[in-house]
Amino acid sequence: MPLTDGSKAPTFGALLLRGLLAGLIAGLLAGFFSYGFGEPKVDAAIAIEEAAAPAPAADAGPEEEPLVSRDGQKGGLFLATGLYGAAMGGLLAVAYTLLRRRLRTPSDTRAALSLAGAALLGVVLVPYVKYPPNPPAVGDPETINQRTISYLAIVVIGLVAVWAAVVAQRTQPTEWRKAAAAVLGFLVVVVIGYALLPNINEVPETFPPDLLWSFRLASLGTQAVLWVVLGIAFAALLSLGRRPAGRPEREFVATA
Amino acid sequence: MPKATTAGHVSTPAVSPRLLWTALAVVAFMLLITYLVAFDQGAVSQSGMYLHELMHDGRHLLGVPCH
Repeated sequence: MPLTDGSKAPTFGALLLRGLLAGLIAGLLAGFFSYGFGEPKVDAAIAIEEAAAPAPAADAGPEEEPLVSRDGQKGGLFLATGLYGAAMGGLLAVAYTLLRRRLRTPSDTRAALSLAGAALLGVVLVPYVKYPPNPPAVGDPETINQRTISYLAIVVIGLVAVWAAVVAQRTQPTEWRKAAAAVLGFLVVVVIGYALLPNINEVPETFPPDLLWSFRLASLGTQAVLWVVLGIAFAALLSLGRRPAGRPEREFVATA
Repeated sequence: MPKATTAGHVSTPAVSPRLLWTALAVVAFMLLITYLVAFDQGAVSQSGMYLHELMHDGRHLLGVPCH
C-alpha cells in the first residue's frame, strides 16, 4: 500500500470534532463529580463568609440582590465545566494533530493518553502544588491580577517541565536512564519555577482547615476526572473512527 | 520492534501551512472560551459580571484563582 501521507489520515476537522466531543463528555462528568463533592464545600465556605461579614447597617437599605442565585450557580457549574472541557478537548485535538508523528509509539491510543496525561501533570498537578485552589471566601480581591499572572506562569512552567522530561529522556540510551533523565528534567524546571514565583497564602487563620482541604481535594478530583475522562474518551473516539477503514488495519492491529 | 511504527499507519493529516493557520485559529478560539470560563471579570463577555457569577463555582472548583 502507498505510504503517502494523508492517504487515509483523518482530516483535522474530524480530529477536532472528536476532541470537542470528548471534552464535552469529560467536562460534564467532571461537573457531576464537582456537584456531588465540591458544591457542599462551596456552600459551607459561603456560609462562613456570610457569618463573618459585618451585619448590614440598618440604614443601608434593602440587601443587594445577587446577580445569580446559588441554585443558578450550581447549574452554571455544568456550563463552566462543559465549556472548559470542550475547550481543553479542542486543544488536545490540536496537540494530537501536530505532535502525533513526534510521539514514538505505534499506538494512537497510547499517544492520546500520553498527551492527556502530560496535560494532567503540567496543567493540573504542577500548578496545584504551588497554588492550591481556594474556596470562595478565601482570597483578597486586590491581588487577583497578581495571582492570575502567577497561576498562568505556573501552568506554562508545568508544560515546559513535561516537555523537558521528554527531551531529557530521549537523550538516554537505556530504559532506567531514560526514566531517571525524565524525572530529573521535570524536577529541574519545576523546582526553578517554584523558587522564582511568589508564594501566595491568603487563607484566613480562622478558616477551618478540614473544610479547606476537603475543598481542595474536591477541586483536584474535578480536574483529574476531567483530564482522565478526556484522554480515554478521545482515544476511544479515535479508534471508533478508524474501524470502518477496514482493509489495511489488520496488519497494524496484529503488531500493536 | 514491530514494523508498525510508521509504515502503513497514518493517523493525522500532513502538517501544511494551511493546517498550521487553521490550528492557530482553533487554539485562539479555545483559549478565548477558556478565558471566559476561567478568567473573565466582565470585561470581555460584555455581560457585566453575569457570566462570571454564573460560572463562579466552576472557576473555583477547576482550581483557577478568583477573588
